[in-house]
Amino acid sequence: MEWETVIGLEVHVQLATDTKIFSGASTAFGSAPNTQACAIDLAMPGTLPVPNEKAFRYAIMFGLAIDADIGKRSVFERKNYFYPDLPKGYQTTQLDEPIVGPGHVEIQLSDGSTKSIRIHHAHLEEDAGKSLHEGDFGGMGHGMSGIDLNRAGTPLIEIVSEPDMRNAEEAVTFARKLHSIVSSLGICDGEMSQGSMRFDVNISVRPKGTETLGTRTETKNLNSFKFMEDCIALEVERQIDVLEEGGEIIQETRLYNGDTKVARSMRSKEEANDYRYFPCPDLLPVEIDDDYIEDIRKQLPELPDARQARFVEQYGLSEYDAGILAADAATAQYFETTTEACNDAKLAANWIMGDLSAKLNADEKTINDSPVAATALAGLIVRIKDNTISNKIAKQVFEHMWKGEGEADSIIDAKGLKQMSDTGELEKIVDDVIASKPKEVANYLGEEDPKKRKKMMGAFMGPIMAATKGQANPGMVNQILSKKLNEQG
Amino acid sequence: MMTRLNRLLGNEEKAQISETQVDRSDIEKLAELARIEISESTVDEVAKSITDVLALVDQLQAADTDGIAPMAHPLDATQRLRVDRVSEDNRRDDFQKLAPAAEQGLYLVPKVIE
Repeated sequence: MEWETVIGLEVHVQLATDTKIFSGASTAFGSAPNTQACAIDLAMPGTLPVPNEKAFRYAIMFGLAIDADIGKRSVFERKNYFYPDLPKGYQTTQLDEPIVGPGHVEIQLSDGSTKSIRIHHAHLEEDAGKSLHEGDFGGMGHGMSGIDLNRAGTPLIEIVSEPDMRNAEEAVTFARKLHSIVSSLGICDGEMSQGSMRFDVNISVRPKGTETLGTRTETKNLNSFKFMEDCIALEVERQIDVLEEGGEIIQETRLYNGDTKVARSMRSKEEANDYRYFPCPDLLPVEIDDDYIEDIRKQLPELPDARQARFVEQYGLSEYDAGILAADAATAQYFETTTEACNDAKLAANWIMGDLSAKLNADEKTINDSPVAATALAGLIVRIKDNTISNKIAKQVFEHMWKGEGEADSIIDAKGLKQMSDTGELEKIVDDVIASKPKEVANYLGEEDPKKRKKMMGAFMGPIMAATKGQANPGMVNQILSKKLNEQG
Repeated sequence: MMTRLNRLLGNEEKAQISETQVDRSDIEKLAELARIEISESTVDEVAKSITDVLALVDQLQAADTDGIAPMAHPLDATQRLRVDRVSEDNRRDDFQKLAPAAEQGLYLVPKVIE
């Protein structure tokens, strides 16, 4: 039987506010445990939450970016459950009246087609703290867990999609697009490794051509696009195996370990209605007026789709290249700064998508932490353009720049990497190499086909480049060499 | 109101019915969810008390509320929002003095199993 996969995502996005959603405690990442957990975050008796205006502003920005209805009246509810990293015994969240209503996100797939993914809604809520298990904090051997509540109360929007995706590529493309939108809006720092965006993936399969949805499982807390892709492949295969062997899919929550590539069941969701939601008596309904929304709309920054179109138009990039460079605000900014400084969009694009991005990936750095600044990269590109160095030498220079050894010009000088363009000097080297290879010269002269002749020049190019330590201007060597060889005959 | 209660109990099928009887199993389930201990001998009594309270609520249900939007809060007011500015200092030492156990800045709790 042929099966169809159905995927929906729930995406938690940490908002880049300075303080928590209901308290004035800092949200800075990486501080010592519990130094940013105040009385409200700890659920001390007598405290009252006061919502953060910027969290609403950011949620509305997202809503406007996906063309959604904004909830003019927004109500917080209590979602009740017990877990040590949730001191209040409930998560303050939204249910029936969320801040962002239905909207949609367009994605571009690798075959060039586009698809619209519907967003069911997005709501504001608070993050929980973190539980550290033995070994994570020194391993006391007393069999207890440690709780760090710095993250408790960090504002989140939870974005809930409709089950509109049909394979891993669509799901990952959609996830990347959301990442691109929230980072372009500046409402989230987009640092996946720090948990700034976390994805829950709902997966089910059904016989192709049928309408009824199969029973789904939910794999929680994926924080990498690669893990999401792997986990979907694994779960789809598992579900099809179970069904083809006549079994049944159990609705359950699963955990996926991206490092070991193993998924396991966490708990079954039999008691799905156990959260006993009710409106939070500590918080009044929040009312948003049209002026406020319009004010935010006017200040919306450029969104990825618009930026991509502008890059094609303004810089003559291909749709594909423009899509990659426009996807996040930091990369786009880097590209524009480099291009402005070197005046060559195509070379800037190639270097950013090639050598720079390879280095960033290898060192697990973001473009904001790149040791080679945009203007420094432009300095290197300028030296390729004016023939001071070849593209090949430029890659060496880039390596040195990456290691923090200075700007392109100082590295080229210090290492004597300047391209050899002195005709007299090059001619002498070419003469020497020709003299040392009489057999190759005879072969060359005996060949009539110009294509084959061109290929045979390689036998001389190697030794010439070696003699000049790769610094000879390849175009000039080519010219001199073919002239000299033809003179032999 | 009954709808809400039945939703709280997870009884979607009961959510449509307004006559409310709370039985032992409802009380046991709620107690478990709320982590409240209700001794075996008092379960029936608690069930009866809650049923009585709900009977009162049933009376209120008789009021005609057609066309009136439900309130999210008894105060007919809207929420004031706060400016996004850090206002809380680090008072970890004070708070951790109140905790049964803390170590290396962490609050210690019985082992959490995922």
